[in-house]
Amino acid sequence: MGELFSLLSYGPDGWGDEIAQGVWLTVRLALATLPFGLLLGLLIALAKNSDEPILRAAANIYTTIFRGLPELLTLFIVYFGGQILLSRLIGLFTDTYVEVSGFVAGMIALGLVFSAFASEVFLGALRGIPPGQYEAGSALGLTRLKTLRLIILPQLIRLALPGLSNLWLVLLKDTALVSVIALDDLLRKTNIAVGVTKEPFFFYLIACLIYLVLSLISSIGIGRARAWAEKSEVR
Amino acid sequence: MATLDTPTVVRPDVRARPWTVARIAGWAWMAVWIASATGICWMFVTDFDGDFFARYAPRMLGGLVVTLQLVVLSVILGMFLALPVTFARGSPNRLIGGLAFAYVYFFRGTPLLAQTFLVYYGAGQFREQLEMVGLWWFFREAFNCAIFTFALNTAAYQAEIFRGAIDAVPRGQTEGGHALGLSRMTIFRYIVAPQAMIIALRPFGNEIILMIKGSAIASVITVFDLMGETRLAFSRSFDFQVYLWAALLYLLMVEILRRVWDRIEIRLTRHLKRDQD
Repeated sequence: MGELFSLLSYGPDGWGDEIAQGVWLTVRLALATLPFGLLLGLLIALAKNSDEPILRAAANIYTTIFRGLPELLTLFIVYFGGQILLSRLIGLFTDTYVEVSGFVAGMIALGLVFSAFASEVFLGALRGIPPGQYEAGSALGLTRLKTLRLIILPQLIRLALPGLSNLWLVLLKDTALVSVIALDDLLRKTNIAVGVTKEPFFFYLIACLIYLVLSLISSIGIGRARAWAEKSEVR
Repeated sequence: MATLDTPTVVRPDVRARPWTVARIAGWAWMAVWIASATGICWMFVTDFDGDFFARYAPRMLGGLVVTLQLVVLSVILGMFLALPVTFARGSPNRLIGGLAFAYVYFFRGTPLLAQTFLVYYGAGQFREQLEMVGLWWFFREAFNCAIFTFALNTAAYQAEIFRGAIDAVPRGQTEGGHALGLSRMTIFRYIVAPQAMIIALRPFGNEIILMIKGSAIASVITVFDLMGETRLAFSRSFDFQVYLWAALLYLLMVEILRRVWDRIEIRLTRHLKRDQD
């Protein structure tokens, strides 16, 4: 048993440092995807909440596609499709070879999936805000954008937070998929360690436990965020 | 025959709807969708290669069957596994409750891909022990390992769904059963379970959709499901079309399930609907 744990030590013999690098990439990828996915999700929710039927239809097509496709397939389509599209576009001008970064492809693919699910959460939250709030805004002479920013958004965050925290935990787990396109995240580093040490059970169990710790830390953060968002509710 | 004088009604002209920003954006976005769909169809038609199609289309359909097997088997096995876990979580025994909680927490908190690796490669490490208990034949096949992992994974999610649904049935229902002198078993079977099933229906459908999507992960451990066949075809031909074909098939599966589920829900909740009058 002690031997197994010595494999986790830092330095040239152990895999601790490699795995830590992998964790760092996993966290960075998830954190980089979050703002992109949130913003896109909010825009799509606004489109779905619009009075304009054509805009609603276009937004619904988006959610149908990205909620229905397996995340792994979305990742491959973005990674390989992006590669082909980009090299054709650039091939029109010069003949330099371009390579799509796995990190960016992972970020875009995970962001597309995240935004599709987030738009549903935001839409539910938008519908939970009484129309009187909009009317009050317009009675005060605020522009529509100002009403949205000053009155609707703060309430939206509170209503959407539980759903969004679930999506964050899903996102954290989905980052594991980028190991398949050879991006050095936690799971891929674990794969490498397994390939060398031939201790799959031990290393994959460690990887699973690290994911659990990450989600545990997130839960603490989410609890704080919830307390902050709900402070106006305390009577 | 005398006709009644119809009063002349003067209505204001119907005004054309203005071209608001939302409307322009909607049309622009829709134009992008239409252009992409046309482009993809155009690609299917112009790049159509009879040999390529003849070689890979049957294989992909075979992959589709494997995907369906993965989903159906793991969802059903998961359901059988989820029921005891559901009851264990509600158990007054703290050890049993704690174990069930740990099980659900582990499988819901870690990526399915990592779990699949853990089972598939981990089983290889314990080959001797597994041979000793006569289970090696099972874990030798990647397909079985995938089923095993998916069933454990979906069981954890399903247990949460069932527990939530049972908790959502109002207490008065159970109390009513007690007042009628029914046994606990009868109360559960005839009063609580039917109501909980309706509550659980929609999340359960979502869980199946998650399983359809998650089953693509089996391709990473050399199972030739739809995703596996697609990856194989792409690695041999470098023809990006195969991914689009796979995408269409997955979308089709998910949409069909969603439609069927809507029907089932309407059928099962018809006694709760009031006549529209």
